[in-house]
Amino acid sequence: MTAPDPASLLHPVAAGADLVPRHVVRSRLFGRRLAIWRADDGFINIWEDRCIHRGMRLSAGVNDGAELVCQYHGWRYSNRNGNCTYIPAHPGEAPAGALRVATFACAERYGLVWSGDSADASPPSIPALEDAEVLVLRSLPVNAPVPLVLEGLARYSFRPTAALGSDIPVATSADAGNPFSVTVTATTAGAASSVVFFVQPADAGRCVIRPVLSPAPAPGERLVTLRHHAGALEELRAQLEDARPTEIAVPLPVATLEPLRSGGTGGAAGGRRPQLQVRVARKWLCAEGITAFELVPVTGELPSFQPGAHLDVHLPNGLVRQYSLTNGPDLTDVYRIAVKLEPDGGGGSRLMHDSVHVGDVLDISTPRNNFPLRRDAARTVLIAGGIGITPLLAMAQTLARQGLTWELHCFARSDDHIAFGEMLDSLAGSITRHVGLTPEQTGHELGRIVRPYAPMNHTYVCGPGPMIATARALAADAGWPEAAVHFEYFKNESPRDDTSAFEVALARSGRSLRISAGESLLDGLRNAGVDLPSSCEQGACGTCIATVLEGEPDHQDVYLNGSERAAGDRMLTCVSRAKSGRLVLDL
Amino acid sequence: MDATAPQEPGPPILDLWHPVAILAELTAGETIRTRLLDRDIAVGLDGEGAPLAWLITGEAPGGAPESLPAIAAYEFAWTSLGTPPAEIFAIPECDEPDRRNLATFSVGVHVSAPRAVENFLDLGHFPYVHAGILGQVPRTEVADYRVEVDPETNELWALDCEFFQPQAAAASTDGQMSQYTYRVPHPYCVMLYKSCPTDESRFDVIALFCQALSADRVLFHTFMSVIDEVSSDEQIRAFQTLVSAQDKPILENQTPRLLPLEVGAEASVRSDRASVAYRRWLGDLGVGYGVIPAGLPDDGS
Ligand code: FES
Ligand SMILES: [Fe+2]
Repeated sequence: MTAPDPASLLHPVAAGADLVPRHVVRSRLFGRRLAIWRADDGFINIWEDRCIHRGMRLSAGVNDGAELVCQYHGWRYSNRNGNCTYIPAHPGEAPAGALRVATFACAERYGLVWSGDSADASPPSIPALEDAEVLVLRSLPVNAPVPLVLEGLARYSFRPTAALGSDIPVATSADAGNPFSVTVTATTAGAASSVVFFVQPADAGRCVIRPVLSPAPAPGERLVTLRHHAGALEELRAQLEDARPTEIAVPLPVATLEPLRSGGTGGAAGGRRPQLQVRVARKWLCAEGITAFELVPVTGELPSFQPGAHLDVHLPNGLVRQYSLTNGPDLTDVYRIAVKLEPDGGGGSRLMHDSVHVGDVLDISTPRNNFPLRRDAARTVLIAGGIGITPLLAMAQTLARQGLTWELHCFARSDDHIAFGEMLDSLAGSITRHVGLTPEQTGHELGRIVRPYAPMNHTYVCGPGPMIATARALAADAGWPEAAVHFEYFKNESPRDDTSAFEVALARSGRSLRISAGESLLDGLRNAGVDLPSSCEQGACGTCIATVLEGEPDHQDVYLNGSERAAGDRMLTCVSRAKSGRLVLDL
Repeated sequence: MDATAPQEPGPPILDLWHPVAILAELTAGETIRTRLLDRDIAVGLDGEGAPLAWLITGEAPGGAPESLPAIAAYEFAWTSLGTPPAEIFAIPECDEPDRRNLATFSVGVHVSAPRAVENFLDLGHFPYVHAGILGQVPRTEVADYRVEVDPETNELWALDCEFFQPQAAAASTDGQMSQYTYRVPHPYCVMLYKSCPTDESRFDVIALFCQALSADRVLFHTFMSVIDEVSSDEQIRAFQTLVSAQDKPILENQTPRLLPLEVGAEASVRSDRASVAYRRWLGDLGVGYGVIPAGLPDDGS
């Protein structure tokens, strides 16, 4: 037979039935160790069985239904794309986007799970298995190379279920379907039955025989059939392993299995964000004046995200808007965002509401997280004002899934103004709605929520500027350390002053430039060819942060907290300027 | 896997002292057989109770085995296959009169000595691998600490380490923030000093002495020098036995078994700076045994 490149084929690596919920199965293909797990949404992940951190086998980890958790240091990896979503040693930081495990192609057919090098290849099509119920028989590991095993399998003999226990003559014929399978058919007067043996090339000297029987016996005859084949297969295995000393000369099909997406152990994340195209799959009114969108990838998988992350959406008219992802960790095949109609805004929300429709394609950035959620708090208090609930919804779902202690307070004009109100009801946890309050009443409620402070508590506040300011002040009064109060503004509502002019020296390149009145530091840097990422350009998101080596920044952002501002060693280049005549930046 | 060509220890490893037996398990006039760096050796005691060691060579059956240098230190017998320094690294604390010095636990682990040392240097695994004892989810944060190579001794130190521990030692009853200092005085030996639960001003010493049987197999010896008037030897040993027994299955499930020295072979974060520094330090010492030297392929097997 002429062998096609083994790597261009898919090979069985597990039986579908092995992938029981919340389990991880280990397998091997062409010497690669694989960890295979099915998420609660049904998606099957085939990953390299090696944590990118310190090499722990991921097959020893915990499948929590949406993420695989490594047993050694608890790094979490997302369903579908294998990105690292959480590093427990650094609870306050979002993992670098480059951190991911190597992922392999996956397909299901004939009750088996298949993998290989190519995303486009499909499992072999075997005539005997089409148009019939099939039964996957127990797999059998054999210490023998593929050609020898195939040869032995062609001599397999068995009786169709109907002919078990009788002595009617049975005719068997074998047919090599492809270089990795053989079909053995047993025929008697009244019945025909086929076993298709797929041979999984585990490594140079070992394979796994995965037999599939067609047609599947009736439920009452299953047991005797299974027993019949188990006996026959055991015999065959003994023969194959005994035959080893008389090595055969057929060379092994050797391939080096390459992952679809190789693993990433870090390194520099590029300056500007990679862009992504998504299609609007669903659009609906999720509350009074709030439209929800579900975005699906035009091709491939969506990059992973963590709770608190946002996307930049590039609108058809050139505007760029940031929207928080509301997804919990179990929703990995769509991005779900919510847009509140702001009649007095810059027109972005109007456009999203009126002119973006199901089926439209949008350019978005990959998710970026400037509002990461710690998962080491004794208690987490989430405080949402209006549409500010969006990142907190993602957080609440994550905390609920991990069984941590949390509470969510939603401030809104009315119950009908709470986005995804129905989702809140399905979350186990303490959720309080505070509706129709005056600013004074809101302040009073916020005061009650933040008092008293207890150690290892963290609070996350997202909403309109004045509400965040009030919550921060009240929390400070109640004794919350600044590091325990996390907040995300929708936008920087404080007035900005860009009338100063100053000198900037770039420590790494040794260059210096002049920033004149009316020009932002970020624009000045970009004009000089420094590629700095940015997102909101309003001093709210923290993306364009730079390290200050010398000089005194004039902070005009709402991102840094009091002590970070006082330290003066970092600044947001989009809005902040210089109090001193000269700044030296680590760029 | 592990069918990699056998590694040669090379001078930096050959010339070191290596632990080969617990002194208390040796009897004068009898020898025990063990392995070190892919060689068979025998260990015994002389009339004065000082250790002796021999290399068992295949070529001379019945002939006089080649004798090896041997010393006693920290409850263990140590030997060398090369030219060892006159003295082994010092642990001055052990000489304090109220200390209890104990060889606590030895177990064979199918992993390289450097992987075992790296595990010992690692605060981040406490809440996951030693849950309820040395750490507890969700208190998983690893605060920043310092790493230094002492310019005089060329020993590697990790300083100002701090971690929340529910039961840091046999004598502790409830959780505390434990202060740790790590010291790597030898490529295969590592020790930590941690605030003593019964006397805040002093430090318990816990050491891991790895006997590298081969490049990817180790005997994991632990030693303690503690100030503890309450616990029995058995209690102290039971605690260390439990901790080591929790590490064994983790270490045996790491791939590759040899420690990759190439930067970027494995993902590291700030809390791994001790591990990163240890890898670099091994590379600088020229250690090529039990590691995948930088620049060689790491096929993950
Ligand atoms: S080895 Fe997997 S988290 Fe560290
Ligand atoms: Fe450990």
